[in-house]
Amino acid sequence: MPLVWLRVAVAFYAVGLLYSLLLLGKKGDLLARVVEPAVGFGLIFHFVSLVEYTVLIGRLSWASIHYSESLLAFVAMVVFFIFFVGYRTSSLGVVIFPIVFVLTFASALGQKPVTITSPALRSSWIFVHVAMIFTGYAGLFVSFGASVLYLMQERALKAKSMALLESKLSLQTIDDIGYNSLLFGFPFMTFGLIAGSVLAIAKYGPLFFTDPKILLSFIMWIVYLLLLYTRWSSGWRGRRAALLATFAFVIALGVWAANSLSRVHRFPPI
Amino acid sequence: MNLIVIGVNHQTAPVEVREQFAIPEARLPEAVKCLASQPGIEEAMIVSTCNRVELVARAKEPNADLSGCLQEVYGFDTGPYRKYLYEYRERDAVRHVFRVASSLDSMVVGEPQILGQVKEAYATARAVGAVNSQLDALYSRAFAVAKRVRTETAIASSAVSIASVAVELAKKIFGDLQGKSVYLVGAGKMCELAARHLLAHGASKLYVGNRTFERAAALAKKFGGEPISFDQLYDTVDHADIVITSTGAPHTIFRREHGEKFLSRRRNRPMFFIDIAVPRDVDPEMNKLDGIFVYDIDDLQQVVASHMSDRRVEADRAEAIVQLEVDKFQARLQTLDVVPTIVSLQEHLETVRQAEIDRVRGRLGTLTPEQELAVEALSRGIINKIMHTPITTLKSAARESSESTTIVDIVRKLFNLRDARKSEKEESDAELSAKSGGRG
Repeated sequence: MPLVWLRVAVAFYAVGLLYSLLLLGKKGDLLARVVEPAVGFGLIFHFVSLVEYTVLIGRLSWASIHYSESLLAFVAMVVFFIFFVGYRTSSLGVVIFPIVFVLTFASALGQKPVTITSPALRSSWIFVHVAMIFTGYAGLFVSFGASVLYLMQERALKAKSMALLESKLSLQTIDDIGYNSLLFGFPFMTFGLIAGSVLAIAKYGPLFFTDPKILLSFIMWIVYLLLLYTRWSSGWRGRRAALLATFAFVIALGVWAANSLSRVHRFPPI
Repeated sequence: MNLIVIGVNHQTAPVEVREQFAIPEARLPEAVKCLASQPGIEEAMIVSTCNRVELVARAKEPNADLSGCLQEVYGFDTGPYRKYLYEYRERDAVRHVFRVASSLDSMVVGEPQILGQVKEAYATARAVGAVNSQLDALYSRAFAVAKRVRTETAIASSAVSIASVAVELAKKIFGDLQGKSVYLVGAGKMCELAARHLLAHGASKLYVGNRTFERAAALAKKFGGEPISFDQLYDTVDHADIVITSTGAPHTIFRREHGEKFLSRRRNRPMFFIDIAVPRDVDPEMNKLDGIFVYDIDDLQQVVASHMSDRRVEADRAEAIVQLEVDKFQARLQTLDVVPTIVSLQEHLETVRQAEIDRVRGRLGTLTPEQELAVEALSRGIINKIMHTPITTLKSAARESSESTTIVDIVRKLFNLRDARKSEKEESDAELSAKSGGRG
């Protein structure tokens, strides 16, 4: 049943994806009215699916890859909605919707989720670790979205292209969103990594640090910090900030993919 | 009301033809007088602008032909130009007059000048006595319609001037202009206008730099800004988020290297340069720097032009308003058709009442003032009761155009009001102008 709800959510998110694609072809108006309610419903079904899955398993479980993907997408959508309410704009969706769609779609495909039951995953520290890391990711996603939007808007203003000037968001607002989402995500990411480290030290000793997944995670954290630092010190915006955010995003994808290379972060089925 | 409009405009005639028909301002009173004095013409006015020349007339006969008058007014054979002329009558003419005044027929839809031009033409015609009753009513209504269109649609609200485009662009960059500062380089009129707009939209601080410090000081004082001497220009410009330049300098004042310096001092906070000088004050190379946006006068004009298409949408809404107003105006004209009949009915019954009172006065003997009043009230009460139904019927019939003439005829026949009919036209005119006068 959770899978059914998730698939319904995916269907709604597909509207978001379509909207993003249409926007690129400058036909976004076609869906502008329905996209917000659609992804809103998507979020509700998504939530139902997550809750039901958790109840079904009887506890919070991070062991399923599909479940984790679904959860990450959910957190990203929640962060998106926080900014949607705060700034009355769904423009960020252009970038967020496709990411969320891909994550939930992959998650919903799984007929038999690979459930791994490792004693390591029963600790409540795991809960803190995963929830925080995912929120940090979500902040990064939104910031990445804002960077891309900033770049597009800046290009439009410089090219004096009137079509893109119709965007309701000002450069300043996009900039604020990008910065605030970074600020929002950073502490979560930091504490998430600390929680993970504590767990890993307890289990594997100080050597856990040499694991590729962990290394990549820390590199991502440093890039995250760099993003904030360049902004504080020299007010990096636009192209340079977008490049850096893209870099952070790519590393984040790498971290995600690195599960298979990891010894520490891999939990073989028992 | 036998209204006729004949003319040429930017859509029907090329400029060479419009030139032929254009009437210079100085000659306009004479031309209007000439038109109004043509046989068969009751009232007239002429609108002559660079995009249109229109003769508006109210004729005695419904099928009156204005082409003869055209010849008289212009003194040359207008025959060859016939294909460039448009002509509207009655309802279409009313609609056309409303559309012109509302700037819906303009080359740049929504441009504000046309209303002023029509008002001037109207004043001229009025001054020479060419407009007196019905055209008066028509035009006061047209001005009201124009105002309504202006307030109820965004036809004129999208950026019209360079100054408001500047504000709009600044908002695209900075969002809220609250707390943003503006730097004027040069103290020209355009600069001042743009600054006024920006300040009105929330910009809080103004700097004025000018070659002659006194002028800078004068302008700064006007807006509560800060005058800055020109040799400090490069050290202070980066204080501002928006820079408007309009100096007469023969070469660029701000170049790429300046921009780089500004950005590093501002820690990459964006800057918006509005260059309205020709030749330009800001090197277009600066636009390539991240965080600096440069718009010159041509770019601004291009934005103005792009708003024209937005106006088309609003224009459709405006057309709907005009249509509604034409219907209302026509309905009012029809009501006015029955007004003379109502008036003569009232007069007729009043005469009867007076005559009857006079007739029986001898037999009544001397009456106390109270009795006098009672007789007065009694007789008035009777005729008012009698008149009530016919008047209501007339008024409601007026709303159904097909019925009104029949009912008017019946009432006139029933009460034998035929004698009054010949003066109907004059009365109707007087009524119309009285009403329109009352509405301002």
